Formats: sequence, structure tokens, C-alpha cells
Amino acid sequence: MTDTLSTSQPHPRSDSDEPLLSVRDLTVTFQRAGDEPFVAVDGVSFDLRPGDTLGIVGESGSGKSVTSLAIMGLLPERGVRVTGEVLYNGQDLLKLSPTQMRDRRGAELGMIFQDPLSSLNPVVPIGLQVTEVLERHRGLSRKAAMPLAKEMLDRVGIPDPDRRLKDYPHQLSGGMRQRALIAMALAAEPRVLIADEPTTALDVTIQAQILAVLKDLVEDTGTALIMITHDLGVVAGLVDTVNVMYAGRVVERAARHPLFAEPRHPYTAGLLASIPRLDGSRGERLQPIPGSVADNLPWTSACAFAPRCSQPIDQCRAQTPELVQHDDRALRCFNPMEVTR
Amino acid sequence: MPNPLNPRSKKDRIDALAASAGDPATTGSSGGGTVGGTTAVATIDDAGHVEETAGVSLFASAWSRLRRNPVFLIGLGITGAFVLLAIFAPWIAPHDPAARLLLDEIRPQSNPIPAAREGFPLGADNIGRDIFSRLIVGSRQTLLVGVMATFFGLVGGLTLGTIAGAFGGWVDSVVMRVVDVMLSIPSLLLAFSIAAIAARPSQWTVIIAIAVVQVPIFARLLRGSMLAQRASDHVLAARALGVKESAIVFRHMLPNSLGPVIVQSTLVVATSIIDAAALSFLGLGNPDDRKPEWGQMLGASQQFIYDHPALAVWPALCIIVVALGFTLMGESLREALDPKSRR
Amino acid sequence: MLRFIIRRLIQMVGVVIVLSALVFAWLKVLPGGTVGALLGERATPERRAAMEKALGLDQPIYVQYWEFVKRAVRGEFGASTSVQPGTDAMDVFLTRFPATIELAVCALVIAVLLGVPLGYLAARRRASWFDNVSIVSSLVGIAVPVFFLAFMLQYVFAVKLHWLPVSGRQDPDVNGTRVTGFFILDGLLTREFDASWNAIKHLILPSIALATIPFAVVFRITRASVLEVLDEDYVRTAESKGLTNRVIRGRHVLRNALLPVVTTIGLQTGGLLVGAVLTERVFSWGGLGDALALAFTRRDYAVLQVCILMATVTFVVVNLLVDIAYAVIDPRVRTR
Repeated sequence: MTDTLSTSQPHPRSDSDEPLLSVRDLTVTFQRAGDEPFVAVDGVSFDLRPGDTLGIVGESGSGKSVTSLAIMGLLPERGVRVTGEVLYNGQDLLKLSPTQMRDRRGAELGMIFQDPLSSLNPVVPIGLQVTEVLERHRGLSRKAAMPLAKEMLDRVGIPDPDRRLKDYPHQLSGGMRQRALIAMALAAEPRVLIADEPTTALDVTIQAQILAVLKDLVEDTGTALIMITHDLGVVAGLVDTVNVMYAGRVVERAARHPLFAEPRHPYTAGLLASIPRLDGSRGERLQPIPGSVADNLPWTSACAFAPRCSQPIDQCRAQTPELVQHDDRALRCFNPMEVTR
Repeated sequence: MPNPLNPRSKKDRIDALAASAGDPATTGSSGGGTVGGTTAVATIDDAGHVEETAGVSLFASAWSRLRRNPVFLIGLGITGAFVLLAIFAPWIAPHDPAARLLLDEIRPQSNPIPAAREGFPLGADNIGRDIFSRLIVGSRQTLLVGVMATFFGLVGGLTLGTIAGAFGGWVDSVVMRVVDVMLSIPSLLLAFSIAAIAARPSQWTVIIAIAVVQVPIFARLLRGSMLAQRASDHVLAARALGVKESAIVFRHMLPNSLGPVIVQSTLVVATSIIDAAALSFLGLGNPDDRKPEWGQMLGASQQFIYDHPALAVWPALCIIVVALGFTLMGESLREALDPKSRR
Repeated sequence: MLRFIIRRLIQMVGVVIVLSALVFAWLKVLPGGTVGALLGERATPERRAAMEKALGLDQPIYVQYWEFVKRAVRGEFGASTSVQPGTDAMDVFLTRFPATIELAVCALVIAVLLGVPLGYLAARRRASWFDNVSIVSSLVGIAVPVFFLAFMLQYVFAVKLHWLPVSGRQDPDVNGTRVTGFFILDGLLTREFDASWNAIKHLILPSIALATIPFAVVFRITRASVLEVLDEDYVRTAESKGLTNRVIRGRHVLRNALLPVVTTIGLQTGGLLVGAVLTERVFSWGGLGDALALAFTRRDYAVLQVCILMATVTFVVVNLLVDIAYAVIDPRVRTR
């Protein structure tokens, strides 16, 4: 069934060190008239190789969604300044004209959003919302694109795709809508897929199904995936590398296993401690991270997380911590958690 | 599913405005950029944070935006000047607005309207009364018509809306059906019909005719707003916390229903003044012109309009400026109070 | 869909029934009562008594109402007293109806053709000088009394400049053949193009005057609606698919943004009817509005009854049609 879909170019899973997408020192500043400039994303860098799956984790306001919108070139032009580099196949996407970027979006870079209902056009049938991507990027006629759209719906696990093509978003369940969104994002076989909280608005049982669909598709097609979420549970079964973001900066980066086994940044540890565990002992209490993003210190002269940290030292309030590469991870902390072993 | 964007009738649109009273959770300025979802951790904190600022922030944040909004300030300036003029009119006007000072100048054939002269900057009307003085003093009756019509409309709507809301059940259905039928009559046509009932038209029949048209609008607005509040999360939360019902109504529901009512009232003052002019134009206005009113002056000027358009232009300009003032104020208030137009 | 239409039809019948009761009650409280309404206030006591008997005013109120409804259904509202003395009120309505429709449709077309594109542009260029100027002008448009604007247009362009005719629907010497009562259409049908052209020239000023308020409303609704849609997630989704601007604007922005505009157009028919009363009076248009204005001024209650009832029914029917049209273009209503 993949024959028709992968006519344009095969996506071999390559283990070369050549990154497909390389984000360098990405900084996004919101500047509105009369207000103080607000740095939402502050010098974020990471690499994504073909077939990679990368997680960006953080609470709301950590800048993870803004990072994804900046990569896609979807931030509004007015009142926003984006600096740094987003290299895709060696080409800086930030330097492209809006028209050139438009050619890349959907074709090279696809994106899935959080709320599947509001992210679908309510007055356009699902089928057309899939085929319009193929019409645009493959130059197909609507008639020629329809069978491909049907196949795409089938692949994301939508039953009775023939009927669903003619349906409108409100006639689908939440899970089906998110599947339809995935079908749209992957229709033109982009090489990078950004999923921004794709399961947050869904029931827990549906969440698992959607994650399974994403995982299968990513493995089948060799699409590189950036998974953006606040939920460490979501990335646990899906991604290779996890970036933990706090207040616009990456505070810990590691492969999935070491990160979950031994979180070193107090923030990561706090996030993990606030997840209910099935294997936890009876009577064990969840430990929320105290305070909120509103308590943050400025990164320029301190560690932003210090006021909420479980083990701050004097240095944390006086000096900016840098992202330092340790043996199995990168860490931005003066007083990391002890290695337990 | 109800979609505020696609109101499918006049009543739906009023309900949409009512719903825009919004709950403070969305209305209050919500800290930083909540772009993505919220973590379990942050949700708890955000909720606490919002609760603290909810009560005051609706009007306080609206005011802080309005203070810098030139459209609002212009509207405020115009209405402020108008109200001051109405209060001090008798001391400002150079002549008695009812005195036929230039009656001797009038020749029915050659000179029906005395021209401007020393002491009479805008000339006189067809029975020799000073137009300038009549315009100044006219601001009083105009303000009276605009404000009283709005007030009666509001009181009527408030009563109907409360009756419907308080009794619920079939009373609610009957009241709201009648309100819907009233809304299905083109508004000014209703005002014309009401005014036509009056055996002896006066200032007050004009006011009542205009007010009646506003009653169903206010009734629906208030009831819709209350209903939207009743179902909203912050009222549910207050109830879950065991807050007394009276406290919920007065501290949570009423203040939040107030926004759309204030907006609507401001706009209604403007339409009332314009509608009063339309009634006078059709001869359904106040025939007693000893106390001048702008709409009445404009309506009366139609018989001279081809030869002396100035007679119509002056009161019309006054009406346009004042109506614009109230409209500018109302529209910028609406924008400031509407959580959706915040971005 | 069919159930939706049936439900709305039943609702409409309910509205018309309540409405007839309101008009009946209105006639009862008019100065002079029903008899005065029908005979005029100067009728002799004998004629009044005869009329009261003939109308069965000695009957209980519900019988009277039932008689009123029966007469209303048969279109018997009595003869006009002052608008067109002696003519049956229903005929007054029927002969004048096309004139008002012609004017109202023309005004609505102007309002929509200008309001929608300008509203869209203003939203795209939010907070630009173009946006600000058009918002303020639309608010000024709402603040100007319609009949004053009509007078001013007439005074400047007809009385002073002589560019356009002062009043009426067609010059009397044109003598066009009447087929439908719509003068422009009649001219086209009978190939009397001069007659059509003459009617169009007469139509320009009144329809501009009548179009101001619907234009301002359509403009503002379009602008607000486009602004709201531009903020919707699905527009961002469309952007993320790399679609062309043409597709995004047409399929994703406008198709959604125009839904509330359709409803607004329906609501504006009410405003048009009222505006027509004032505009037609100024331009001596000879339509329904003109008849209503005269009837109010001279208390011709037979004509008032017909016109108020029919005007409201027209308004209700138009809104029913708009609701159905809305259901057709919005799948969320259609496929529920």
C-alpha cells in the first residue's frame, strides 16, 4: 500500500551524522508596543537526523510551542523577532522568503496541532482538507488526489475512509479528528513532522492509539519527528532523545533511558515526581513542583528555576548556569541531583 | 453546537453578546503566554493565580486599556461636553429659545426664514426664534429623550429578564416567546406603531415608544448573560466551594453580566436620539416645540429644506456628533470588555 | 435538514399568530378604537354605530379576534382613508410592493458589494490608517439620520447640481410599459431600454441613502468575523500545510467568515423596511415605505394594518429563507 504514497522519494533510515534539521541558537522575542520585550525562546539548539525522534518537554510558557512555530515559520510577523539559524538540509529556513517557506511547509515540514477540532476547518470536508495538500505540493488534480487521500485515512486507522472523505470535522470523534490531522500533515510525505501536544485534548485511551499510529507511521516512512509535550509519559514510549525546556532554555538533554532512570536537573526530577506511578508504594504522595512560572528569575543573572528548586545553592541566584555536556547528557545546573548508583 | 461566531438570528446575536460577558478566567489578564497546554503542576498554580485577580481585573484592565484608546477618549469628550452643555444650557444660551424675537422680519412670501445677524449667529426659524439658542437649550431635551428612553428600556428589559429567569419553566418560555416576536418586528416600525397609539403625542410618548423597542433587546441580553454565567466554570467553582447563592448572584453573576448591558446602554442612547428624529419626521413626535429638541427641530425643518437647508443641517450635525460620541464610547467599551478582541 | 425546515416553519406560524394578536390589540388601543381606525375620526355617530354592529363589536373579544383573523386571511382590511382614498388597502399594498422591493434589493446589493470587500480589507490591514478610517466612517454612517442623508443627497445632487432626478421612480413623460411593476425589469422585458435607464437614474440617490446603514453593519460584521477567523487554529493549520494565499483566503478564511454575514443580511431586511419608510418619503418614491409614512402621518389605519402585518411577515419569511440558506452553506447545521 505504500507504493503509491512513496513515489516521489524514498526515505531511507540513515544513521549518518549529517543532520536533517539543525536548530542553532534559536531566539524568539515578543515585542509589543508599550510592553517590555519578552524572550519566549532563548538560545535553543538541537539536531535532528533522518529517522530521529526528538522530544521537547516543558510546562506551558516554557517556549516549546513557540520553538515549533518558529521552525515552521508560522509566528506572526508583527511584534516578533526570530534570530539564530534553522538549517534544513544545510539551508537556513529563517532566511527564506515567505513564498519559499510556503513551498517547504507541508511538503518538507509537516505539523500537527493540539486541538483537533479547532485545527480543522469546520466547513470543508475532510477529504478536501487532505487532497488540498497533494494538489498544492504534488500538482495533482483533486480527482487524482482523492484515492491517495483515502489511502492516507486508511493508514492512520480511520475506518470506512470512503465515507469519511465526505464527512465534516464535527461528524468525527476526537480521536478520528486527530488521525485526520495526522493524515493531512503526512499526506505529502514531509521529512520532518512536528507534533505539538497531539494528544493533550484527547481521552487517555485514545491518546495511546494516536501515539501508536504516530510511531508506526514515523517508523514506516522514516520521517523525523519532533514531539512537543508537557507530558513525560507521552515521550517515554516514543522518542530517542528528550530536551527538557524551562523558561525558554533547554535545561537538560539526554537519551530517553538515562533521563528517566536518573534525572539530574531538579526540574526534570520534579516533573517525574509529579507523575503518578503504578509501581509506587501505597501512601506515596505525588510531589508537585512548588510555585509557578510567574516566580521565575531572569536568566541573565541567575537560574530562572532557582525560586522553585528543591536544592538551590547561593550561586543559583547570582550567576547564569550554562548548558554543559556531561558524559551521557547536557545539563544546565550548578547543583544537579546526585547520581544514586 | 452553539457557535458564537455564527449567530443565526437577531436573538442569537444578542445571546452571543451576552455570552461575551465571559468568565473572568478568560477575561482576566492571564499572566505570561499560555501557548501550549498546561502541566498538572502549572494548572493548580494557574488556577489559584487567576482566582485572585478575577474580580477587579475585568473593569480595571478594561479601564487601563481605555485610558490609552483615542477612540474612547474622543467619545468620552463629546458625551462629556454634551452633558455639561445640557446642564448649563439656560445660562449659556443668549436668548429665550421660545421667544419669537425676529417675528417682525418674516415675510411669508419673500423672506420666510430670517437670516443670520448680530446676536443671531445662525439666524432664526420660521416664527422668528433664535436657532443658536434653540440648539443649545435643545441639548437638554435631547439628553432627556436619549437617557430616559434607554432607562425605561433597561428597566423594562431587566424586569422581563428577571421574571423569566427567576420563575423559569413556562413563565420563562412565554415571556421569551413574546420577546422573540417583538424582536421579529423591525425595530423602528414598532416604535412608529407605539407612537401612533398616543392620542396626544408628547415628549413622553416619544420616549416610551423608543423605550419599548429596547425592552426585548435588554431582556434577552440580561437573561442570556445570566444563563451563560450560571453555566460557566467560575460560578460552578464558587458553588462547589459552598459560596452562598446570593453571593454568587451579586458578586459573580451580576458584575459579569454588567459589561454587555453597559455597552448596549451606551449604544442605545445614540439610537434613541436618532429614532426620536425619525418619529418627528413622520409627525409622530412631540408637537409642543416651546422646549426644543434636536430631532424635533430636524423633523420640523423638512418643509423649508430646499430653500433653507441650514435649518436642517444644524440640528442634524448636533445629532450626528452626539450620536457618534455615544457610539464611539460604546464600541470601544465593547472592545475593551470583550475577551476575544484582547489580542 | 427537512426537519430543520419544518421546525422553523412551525416557529414562524407561531410568530405570525402572536403577531396578529398584537396587531389586533394595537387596533383596539388606537385613539378612536377599531371603528375610528376604519372610518376615520370624523365619522358620524350613526355610521359608527352601524359599523360597530357590522363588525360585531358587541361580541366577546375572542369572537372579534377570530373575525379579525378571518378578514386578515382573506386580505380584507377595508379601504384606504387618506393614502389613496377609497382604494382597497390590500390593493394599495400590492401595487406598491414592487417599488419597495426594487429599492431595497438595490440598496442591499450596494451594501454587500461594498461592505464585504472593504470589511475583509480592513481586517487584513488591522490598525492601519485604512482600517481606522473605514471604522470611523462606518460609525458616522450609523450616526446620520437616514432621512437627513436622503435630503442632503437630494439637495446636492438633484436640486443644486441637477445630475440626477429629484424624486419619483421614472419621469412621467417616459411612459414605460408596465409588466411586473419593477420598472428596470419592465424596461428590459419590453426592450424599452430608455425607460430602464431612466428608472436606474431615479434609483441611485434613494438606494445610496438606504444603503448606508446596511453597508455600515455588513462592513463591521465582515471585519469582525474575518478578524476572528484569522485567529482560528484551522487557518494556522492551513498555513502549516503550505497552501497558497489564494486557497487560504478563499477556502479557509472567507468561507467561514461569510457565514455570520449571511445572517446579518437577513436581519438587515428589517432595517431596510424601516429605512424605506423614511427614504421613500423624502424621494416621493411611491412604494410601501411612502405609503406607511403617509399612513402614520395621516393616520390611515387600514393601510397601516396591511403594511405593518405584511412588512413583518416579509421580514420573518426572509429570515426563514436566510436560515435555510445558512443551513445549506454551513455543514454543521445541515448534517446535524
